[in-house]
Amino acid sequence: MTAGAPLQVRVRDIVELAPSLKRFSFEPAHGGLFPTPPAGGHVMLTLRDGARVMKNAYSLVSPPMERARYDIIVRLVAQSRGGSDFLHRKVAPGDVLEMARPVSLFPLASSAKKHLLIGGGIGITPLLSFLPEMKARGARFELHQLATGEEVPVFERLLAPYATGEEIRVHGGGRAAFDLAGLLSRQPLGTHVYVCGPHALMDAVTGTAAALGWPRGKIHKESFGGATGGLPFRAVLRRSGIEVEVGETQTLLEAIEAAGVAAPCLCRGGACGECVTPVIEGEVDHRDDFLSAEEKAGGKVVMTCVSRARGPRLVLDL
Amino acid sequence: MTVQFKPAETFRDTFTYRKSPEDILRFPFPFPEDEYMYSVNIEPHVRGGPTAAFQAAFDIDEHYIAECRERERVLKEDPKRCQVLPHMMAAEWDSLELIMESLAQDYPEHFSLTKAGDLWTWVNRPLNIHQSFTFGKAETLPCGPFEYITRQAQGDFTLQDQRDDNLFVDGGMVTTQADWSLEFDIGMSFHEWHGPVPLAHEKGVFDRALKYLLRLQCGQPVRRLNWTMTVNPRLDTSPENYPVWGPDKASVTPDNVAEKVHLRVELQTLYRLPRSNAILFGIRCYLTSVADIARVPKWRRRLHRVLRDLHPDIAAYKGLPRFRQTVLDYLAPLDDGEPTSKGIAPDTDVLAG
Repeated sequence: MTAGAPLQVRVRDIVELAPSLKRFSFEPAHGGLFPTPPAGGHVMLTLRDGARVMKNAYSLVSPPMERARYDIIVRLVAQSRGGSDFLHRKVAPGDVLEMARPVSLFPLASSAKKHLLIGGGIGITPLLSFLPEMKARGARFELHQLATGEEVPVFERLLAPYATGEEIRVHGGGRAAFDLAGLLSRQPLGTHVYVCGPHALMDAVTGTAAALGWPRGKIHKESFGGATGGLPFRAVLRRSGIEVEVGETQTLLEAIEAAGVAAPCLCRGGACGECVTPVIEGEVDHRDDFLSAEEKAGGKVVMTCVSRARGPRLVLDL
Repeated sequence: MTVQFKPAETFRDTFTYRKSPEDILRFPFPFPEDEYMYSVNIEPHVRGGPTAAFQAAFDIDEHYIAECRERERVLKEDPKRCQVLPHMMAAEWDSLELIMESLAQDYPEHFSLTKAGDLWTWVNRPLNIHQSFTFGKAETLPCGPFEYITRQAQGDFTLQDQRDDNLFVDGGMVTTQADWSLEFDIGMSFHEWHGPVPLAHEKGVFDRALKYLLRLQCGQPVRRLNWTMTVNPRLDTSPENYPVWGPDKASVTPDNVAEKVHLRVELQTLYRLPRSNAILFGIRCYLTSVADIARVPKWRRRLHRVLRDLHPDIAAYKGLPRFRQTVLDYLAPLDDGEPTSKGIAPDTDVLAG
């Protein structure tokens, strides 16, 4: 798939929601309106910090009917690859950034009888864009947000505009106190579950739902903050005739792009399959959600956006 | 250039449909090479392209008013030509938004859309329509939002829901179809509704096309051309009406072949929709008679060669065997054997004859 021309966006305002959470609101830098964004969609920002170029994906929290602005919420992460640190400390209102057009990999199911949304921490972001869309559809839903105790009021404020009954709950008691199996067990037939948050939470929801007999097609998760780096390695790009060093906090895709090679990519989060690249030599540490177990075991392809070498060297047909 | 609409022309009975010289030259001729075989011939739907038919998101031409009237007639006779399953309501509004905004942007002289929050006002000057409504409230329109807007667009449309890593045709407005039935296909999965196509399944065309379409993204529409041949400029060649148009195939003679037989091209466009994550599939039908094709030297040479060498299974699937030889006998003397350029552009701005 070809990438559409990126959007030029101006930072309209920045609101601190909590010590480590900021909401950034963007408007089109050259006037007009943004394209209608997909519910559950995300955008990729190109962040230029001196000579360093970072590309980070963030869920849009603004709904499809909002086209004057796109909003994201960014958590300042201690182990940041630099993107959230840059946004929190160096970006100011009026700055113009490059933003790839919104992409949807986490849509609401049209045929769901009910939507069950489960968020963990910053994983609330795509759920915030679902809420107005579900209201517009008149859809039945239930939302459970897990948070640390001190952030419970923050998330309650974010969810307040949509909380009209018992269908929205923020849980501050930790995951052990959250009766996931009970929640999943009492859902009516035809319910779809959506989860976004830390890997452990997403694994718990998908694993519990599967164990309770939920059909695979009714379980949806967004990949969020999965790529956490690893040991450095060397990638040999056989067709391009060059070698690149992949650093500890850098992805293979970022290293390839930094070397000036145009590599295919779309979601940059291990979900869409666009960046699948043939492997000639070397063992792959697969971290994506796209390849089948057989394809991963075969070791003949790698998704450069999230996966890495399991060893010092990877030779790619690129 | 302002299009001169021809509101009175007909696509049945009297068949007064005719093409102006400009309309012939803007035809999206479907063959980029002198031979034809199925492939995943999908490309980005970007403005511009080899003929003027590719300059807008949803193309409007001189037949616009007459085609909308023909659609109205078909729907009156058979309301089931437009059906949308209930879970596709978000996709209906997505479609209305996309088509209205595209038409208003591409043809400001004919269409306008103004918004005050959710209160929208749509003006369609060629059809003399002025409609205010509330976006998201179906009861403020005279019919469902998908039916409402596709009654005002040329070509058929279907809505595909995406679930379980597949696409399902869960809605459509189908009145200008090449012998397929929405009533029969509605609810089918991608491989089910493509079931009858010969050769392409074995080549893996549908597996690859489905993978590609599952990844289709908002704002990055794609397109492909498909084709068949139709006797008389009849838009509604539906299975439901086969008794009406089937016998036409036996009416082709060496004397009338050039005017009677039409190359039928579908400019197919695919749009990912934002609220629903559905895909809007546009199937825009263009009809050009063999006589009009023969006025473009490159096109008449190529049509002759493609038809001459066409795989018999494809010819049979497209319903050509009864008149293919008659068309070839007409075109063969017009093919001087000269090489043709790659691509579908007419390579001329003047018509012969």
